[in-house]
Amino acid sequence: MSTPIYVQEVSLRDGMHAVRHRITPEDVKRIVIAADEAGVDAIEVAHGDGLTGGSVNYGPGSNSDWEWIEAAASVIKNARLTTLLLPGVGTIHDLKRAYDLGVRSVRVATHCTEADVSAQHIGAAREMGMDVSGFLMLNHMAPVEVVAQQAKLMESYGAHCVYITDSGGRLTMNDVRDRARAYRDVLKDETEIGIHAHENLSLSVANSVVAVENGVYRVDASLAGHGAGAGNCPIEAFIAVANLSDFKHNCDLFKLQDAADDIVRPLQDRPVRVDRETLTMGYAGVYSSFLRHAENASARYGVDTRDILMECGRRGLVGGQEDMIVDICLTKLAEREAAGA
Amino acid sequence: MSKSKVAIIGSGNIGTDLMIKVMRTSQHLEMGAMVGIDSASDGLARAAKFGFATTAEGVEGLIGLPDFDDIEIVFDATSAKAHVANAAALEPYGKRLIDLTPAAIGPYVIPAVNIDEHIDAPNVNMVTCGGQATIPIVAAVARVVPVAYGEIVASISSKSAGPGTRANIDEFTETTSGAIVQVGGAKRGKAIIILNPAEPPLIMRDTVYALVEGGSRSLEELTAEITESVEKMVGDVAAYVPGYRLKQKVQVQEIPADQPVETLLASAEDARPTHQVSVFLEVEGAAHYLPAYAGNLDIMTSAALQMAERIAASKEDAK
Repeated sequence: MSTPIYVQEVSLRDGMHAVRHRITPEDVKRIVIAADEAGVDAIEVAHGDGLTGGSVNYGPGSNSDWEWIEAAASVIKNARLTTLLLPGVGTIHDLKRAYDLGVRSVRVATHCTEADVSAQHIGAAREMGMDVSGFLMLNHMAPVEVVAQQAKLMESYGAHCVYITDSGGRLTMNDVRDRARAYRDVLKDETEIGIHAHENLSLSVANSVVAVENGVYRVDASLAGHGAGAGNCPIEAFIAVANLSDFKHNCDLFKLQDAADDIVRPLQDRPVRVDRETLTMGYAGVYSSFLRHAENASARYGVDTRDILMECGRRGLVGGQEDMIVDICLTKLAEREAAGA
Repeated sequence: MSKSKVAIIGSGNIGTDLMIKVMRTSQHLEMGAMVGIDSASDGLARAAKFGFATTAEGVEGLIGLPDFDDIEIVFDATSAKAHVANAAALEPYGKRLIDLTPAAIGPYVIPAVNIDEHIDAPNVNMVTCGGQATIPIVAAVARVVPVAYGEIVASISSKSAGPGTRANIDEFTETTSGAIVQVGGAKRGKAIIILNPAEPPLIMRDTVYALVEGGSRSLEELTAEITESVEKMVGDVAAYVPGYRLKQKVQVQEIPADQPVETLLASAEDARPTHQVSVFLEVEGAAHYLPAYAGNLDIMTSAALQMAERIAASKEDAK
């Protein structure tokens, strides 16, 4: 019996981190057209840190969210146009503006223990008639029972779906299985579960498959794995496995491969792959979007990127605390000076 | 010399911390009444234990207290929505209102920047904890060079964010962004707030970024001038928030040519800023009510207390 899944393409949101939020509206259109024609269910568009994430802290976008969303909306035909909102960064006003441009689905993201800050935003999105998901980020940082209760909160605010969001690419396959089952145990039957994987430990496809085998319906994936850190679950590889695993979806494998290799990979100014830096993120459980910021700070202050990332993990930094990367470098330099003096 | 009597509406974390500050550190103020809506709240219980008038009937309960006429200053530490109703209910009585919610009916006050501008305003707004911590720095940079864009990142421990803050996070970002412009002097403002659940709880951290026009100064000159201004401002804030400090040296760097900062500006026609200023702050609380990690609580109540002291002192001068 085949298992139905819902595939959301995230290279125009999570993938923004990989290109430091720099992409032309023309390239946005090319990707949307290709992903739409390849049969994905939803396409997410926003700055990597969600609506109005463009900032000094996270990196200014080459364009505003509105320009990118308009470009996507002008060519999308079948897939659902969706976006991301991080309470504390973007606001309900921003969400309304996205809605006015044609966005009909949103994920409201909080750290995995802070679901209650999303109540206002999930409620507002429901009032607008949108499809709404809760996105519990850095899911590995709290015990299974805790995140399941947080998922329950998001459901109570009106979320149609709640995600296991592995922002650090830190979950192993057993972890994903346990979390999917724990969500399923506490959530209503009609509430969907989603998986958002990162490739940092080279487990994104495996984790997504395990998730589906344990009751997850919505799967995030991106062309060529285009995303923060070592990237997201590469959609072409996932769909290949989905075919072999008898998952029911509407995607065309070869079209996805063509879009990944011909359109997306050439846009990357830093390879999106498992290497010493991105593997360290998964190992230390660091938010994947810290990568490019840590590499920049490393170049400027002469501190090894891996030392920065390990310290991010040790300090227990959460999504959004990119400002602490430079703080870590300056602290390490001061320690070095003190030791040398 | 008689002290001015104050009432505090809101018996949660902020109101209770404020009460303790009025009792322990104030020169010109004394507690008149503590007002809540939950008779079981810790704040009301403490106030009653100290012998202050209390009511769990909200603003109407306050108005009905026998000594209501003696109250000169009312702090509101409830929520933005509640403040609108409270301000309307108190309007006929001519009390001075100090609003610690993001309602922002009255003008914004950041004591180190503009305390003297609004001494006579019937209602003043204390922005947000993140605003109190960061806007002085934006203003310190803006008095040296034009600030095209000011951005602040406030990271607070989850434990120090009460239900009011959590339910109204948009009001935090929007009010703070507005005050970065109006009080900080930046042409555009952006505010970001992060809740971190780490144990043991992290002390409040704030980072201020300013994109500035450096003019004809060299990088060294610019760094020296901005650093001097920021350090002086940190001293001014620390005078009323002792745990307020600069965590790192002020960082000034040229904005790389390929950085698309134009998307952050108020208008596409604005001149492209030349330098980025980064200032890293830490705010350790005085631990009057919540422990020292809750610098966010401390800076808010300290700022409000500062404002009330100034109002009370100016009344005494007038007498």
